[in-house]
Amino acid sequence: MSDRAAVPADDAVLAPPPRSPGRELLSALLHDKLAVIGLVIVVVLTVLAFLAPVIAPQDPYDLAQIDFMDSRLPPGSASLAGGTFWLGTDDQGRDLFSAILYGLRTSIEVGITSAVIALVIGASIGLASAYVGGRTDALLMRLVDIQLSFPAILIALILLAILGQGVDKIIIALVVTQWAYYARTVRGSALVERRRAYVDAARCQALPRRRIMFGHILPNCLPPLIVVVTMRVAYAIMLEATLSFLGIGLPVTEPSLGLLISNGYTYLLSGVYWISIFPGIALVLLIVGINLVGDCLRDLLNPRLRR
Amino acid sequence: MTSFLLRRTGQTVVALLVMSVLVFVGIFMVGNPIDILIDPAATPLERQQTIEAFGLDRPVWEQYWGFLTGAISGDLGNSFIYNQPALDLILARLPATLELAFTALAIALVFGIPLGIVAGLKPRAPLSRAIMSFSILGFSLPTFWIGLIMIMAFSVFLGWLPASGRGETVDVLGIPISLFTLDGILHLLLPALNLALFKISLVIRLTRAGVMECMQMDYVRFARAKGISEGRIVGLHVLKNTLIPLITVMGIEFGSLIAFAVVTETIFAWPGMGKLIIDAIAVLDRPLILAYLLITVVMFSVINLVVDLLYSVVDPRVRLEDQGE
Repeated sequence: MSDRAAVPADDAVLAPPPRSPGRELLSALLHDKLAVIGLVIVVVLTVLAFLAPVIAPQDPYDLAQIDFMDSRLPPGSASLAGGTFWLGTDDQGRDLFSAILYGLRTSIEVGITSAVIALVIGASIGLASAYVGGRTDALLMRLVDIQLSFPAILIALILLAILGQGVDKIIIALVVTQWAYYARTVRGSALVERRRAYVDAARCQALPRRRIMFGHILPNCLPPLIVVVTMRVAYAIMLEATLSFLGIGLPVTEPSLGLLISNGYTYLLSGVYWISIFPGIALVLLIVGINLVGDCLRDLLNPRLRR
Repeated sequence: MTSFLLRRTGQTVVALLVMSVLVFVGIFMVGNPIDILIDPAATPLERQQTIEAFGLDRPVWEQYWGFLTGAISGDLGNSFIYNQPALDLILARLPATLELAFTALAIALVFGIPLGIVAGLKPRAPLSRAIMSFSILGFSLPTFWIGLIMIMAFSVFLGWLPASGRGETVDVLGIPISLFTLDGILHLLLPALNLALFKISLVIRLTRAGVMECMQMDYVRFARAKGISEGRIVGLHVLKNTLIPLITVMGIEFGSLIAFAVVTETIFAWPGMGKLIIDAIAVLDRPLILAYLLITVVMFSVINLVVDLLYSVVDPRVRLEDQGE
């Protein structure tokens, strides 16, 4: 994939009118077959998930709409109400297709919310650390080092053991496990950018510190940050599903792919495969899609491979 | 060297203290283990006696102090549930987890390095692309779900491998190890492969990136000019320089293997300490949670230390004394 990195550079030479970096990146992305596939998967799944209340045959978390008599029906069975369960039903009689759509929505919401909060906190700390420097920088980066030496799942496990279950709790846990990655990434590029002439120029104009940091330095740190964000969102979604699977993430009242898979796990050995398999496929598609895009972005935005 | 070791030990002790305070206070604030421990039908007197027996009536700092003085003499308290020393419970489960993690690491390296070299030498070849696509898949497949698929495929449909538990073990120096019996290996295979999958992808990517970078170096061109065979260039010069980042990352990743073993152990009913901690969290078994954390922190510190030492062996340019400021 890295060989494609040469494409945008050539394009830039051939195309005379300068385009905005964002559009240039998008067009380069659309040249990569795998990235396009990833993008399509992500967009389709996101649209389906957020239209879930409209397109799902039933609201699987509304007890009035599910019938226990429909439980564990194989894919394609007819429901008592006259519809068809295309992907079968789970142990409580929920239509799996609907449950998956609602679960996807939770996954995407939790993943993106936690990534955005972590990004704001991490980027601010990283910027401040690079800009202020000295002891503050040393202390903050020590903290980042210590935190990154512990695996995310372990930190999340401890936090959830302390905090208990809940959507807000899992978002807190995911933010805590992620901020350090953003802080380190931003600090790394900000340290380089800080020495650039445009920062000196801004300082000479006596612009306020905050404006130099967020208005001038931060936009130039974006390329590596974009890559980290995509990869981290995918990881956050996976981690949330894993924790929910273990029974310490989302409460059972929330639609969640991890919980669906965990429910199906009990019946797996007796041949009732669909409860675990279909939600898993949806989860994998989403994560693969995001990673495909992220992978291509990394190659495109990597200055070392960009020749 | 000595000052380096001393400083690192000091850092570990500080990390342990901070961690124990945070977790102690954190756990103290959440739920009350009494609600889980005591039968609702108990009389108020019995209730009071139990609370006192566990020392739960005293203030936090007093409980923490009691825990700390005990911890220094190697006593991490008794598990509320098992009523056995928490440390013993975890140490009894530790070999199973370590065995799983080491096997997974070995699998990741054995498969990952060769595949990474192939992908790095000819990045445009179809085979390399296939390897890279596989590695994206390896990154994206959630460990727990692929574990279920493996159970379905190899245990339910094919019936080749056992789906749960640990096989027959042989005691080596008093530690039960399952690598020496066929039954043990068969039981180990699926969980270890499950745990390794994510890391195989990582090793492939690291090796590929390293190889691609090294192949552009002047020393490789020079070695070629000298007429050294391609096999020797790759096997010796390139591989050696690729190994350096690999060792650091693998050290850190070994820690994450132990942490992720929580998931694998839950799926495959592997009797390691990960399963223990999940159960302990569910019932708020404070001493057990704390003991697990402290042991993990110590283990991670040791791993990081070993990684730094190895690093200086592989790359003589790294001087230990210069680090840790």
